[in-house]
Amino acid sequence: MSATAVAPRLHGIRRRRGLVLAALLAAVCVAVVLSVTIGSKAVPLADAWRALTEPTGTENDIVIRSLRVPRTALGVLAGLALGVAGALMQGHTRNPLADPGLLGVTQGAAFAMVASIILLGAQSLLAYIWFGLAGALVASVCVFALGMVGGRGGPTPVTLALAGTAVSAFLYALTSAIVLLDEQAMDVFRFWQAGSVAGRGPDVVWQVLPFILVGLVLALVNAPGLNALSLGEDVARSLGQNIALTRSVGVTAVTLLTGAAVASCGSLAFVGLVVPHLARPLSGTDHRWLLPYSGLIGAALLLVSDVIGRVVAPSPGELEVGVVLALIGAPFFVALVRRRKPVRL
Amino acid sequence: MRLQAAGVTLGYGDRVVVDGLDLGIEAGTVTTIIGPNGCGKSTLLRALGRLLKPRGGEVLLDGKRIDAMPTREVAKVLGVLPQAPTAPEGLTVADLVARGRHPHQTWYRQWSSDDEGAVALALELTGLADLAERPLDELSGGQRQRAWISMALAQGTDLLLLDEPTTFLDLAHQVEVLELVRNLHQEAGRTIVMVLHDLNLAARYADRLVAMRGGRVVAAGAPHEVLTEELMREVFELDAKVIPDPVAGTPMVVPIRPLSRP
Repeated sequence: MSATAVAPRLHGIRRRRGLVLAALLAAVCVAVVLSVTIGSKAVPLADAWRALTEPTGTENDIVIRSLRVPRTALGVLAGLALGVAGALMQGHTRNPLADPGLLGVTQGAAFAMVASIILLGAQSLLAYIWFGLAGALVASVCVFALGMVGGRGGPTPVTLALAGTAVSAFLYALTSAIVLLDEQAMDVFRFWQAGSVAGRGPDVVWQVLPFILVGLVLALVNAPGLNALSLGEDVARSLGQNIALTRSVGVTAVTLLTGAAVASCGSLAFVGLVVPHLARPLSGTDHRWLLPYSGLIGAALLLVSDVIGRVVAPSPGELEVGVVLALIGAPFFVALVRRRKPVRL
Repeated sequence: MRLQAAGVTLGYGDRVVVDGLDLGIEAGTVTTIIGPNGCGKSTLLRALGRLLKPRGGEVLLDGKRIDAMPTREVAKVLGVLPQAPTAPEGLTVADLVARGRHPHQTWYRQWSSDDEGAVALALELTGLADLAERPLDELSGGQRQRAWISMALAQGTDLLLLDEPTTFLDLAHQVEVLELVRNLHQEAGRTIVMVLHDLNLAARYADRLVAMRGGRVVAAGAPHEVLTEELMREVFELDAKVIPDPVAGTPMVVPIRPLSRP
């Protein structure tokens, strides 16, 4: 076979990947429509559209504009963020069981929230989220700094995972101590730990949007470097990749994405663990495709789980999305792992 | 001189493996480094490929200090294939080879017709065009090694450093890989530096042999000058007979017994 005969086949692989991307985008759009129209009060699609384009102040308009749309937007953002962060984390640690909370981000957010309640008397959801974000960032920086100690030339996946586990355990102990002492902190913590996208207004969406956008851009910039790194550090270096820079950008992206998602929606890190395993059979090992696929699957999964949570519980109650995700996701994940053994990364 | 080690001292942690070594690699030659286990040959190759920073001395690429050049620019002229590299499961041959184009890509321009052509050509040269879509872990050892070499070829460098490219391969596959290396050298005039364990194959496929022991170069030159019975005793502590290879005429080592160690 000549070199010219190989080229069309390489083309074919690339076109197939584009088609999958389009299909996943369509799936997210369907999930968005479901999330906007289905709930304790069903709103027909035409009414929902009118509520967005020419609102007249009907009850439907209010439900759509102030509840469903922010909730859906937050679901999309958090799903994108956690899916991408999970794939990044598994890529950098070369560990298929790594979740984006591995850097201490989740426990950092939880601790900062409850600490802000008892130490500073924080009262509003918006305030909790700011503190949660700050806590996530600080915890991640601590883990990164600890991970550097001992290793020459930047942290390695192993030192990062060890430092992350240690910092998480320490923060969790502090959080537990605080919530035992303070009732208000206990309430906030309980609700946060379940994981939910409900009851957050547009202000929350705007609050986390910049963090997630910057995180997504950094993640995409990181993808080619991560591809090189997945062949081992020596090969990556020989391909001209700066290892320390690649790791730092990756860790920053994971921190921003996971921090923003867990601070606003609670502990949903499970999404980040499962989603890359769903994306990998479609994308292969190329992170330039794995990251977008994971993000879109994460968004669709989170929205659909949220809709299910609204439908299964007797109205007007509903099941938190974190609970639904765990109830559906855990058995599904077990089945997935049993059917195809998790890949070596 | 394409690539030069000038008084390099190399080591890991507290251990010094190579102390003040000098070595020059001429353009358009195949150089093979031989020596017993732990003599520092892989360490030297890693330093030549700027995967290991020297503690002292310097490595020069085309007369310039390699560690002062941007690593991406180095990657456009110098390719290194480390010993027994590992790939993520499920990676296809085409994807692996495409990753060789990494130094030529920028974040805004991920794929070009140049990349396309280089990957197709690299697959072709290594005889892997028909296996392009197969996952690497389904291939035989020889095919897998060819795929890695193909990745290094797609990188489009005229300098290639290969660390034991024939490890874990049976004799037929060893010869297959070395024939490929010889073709790369003869047809495209590439400069190649290898570490090999098999002395007879090293003698057959190299223009120049470098024998190392204890982090020093003991002898360097044409295979028939280097591979002598005396050198076998001095470097490998092996009593051996060296006769001409009946096929290639290059020196061939027939081991007798290890020298009794003091």
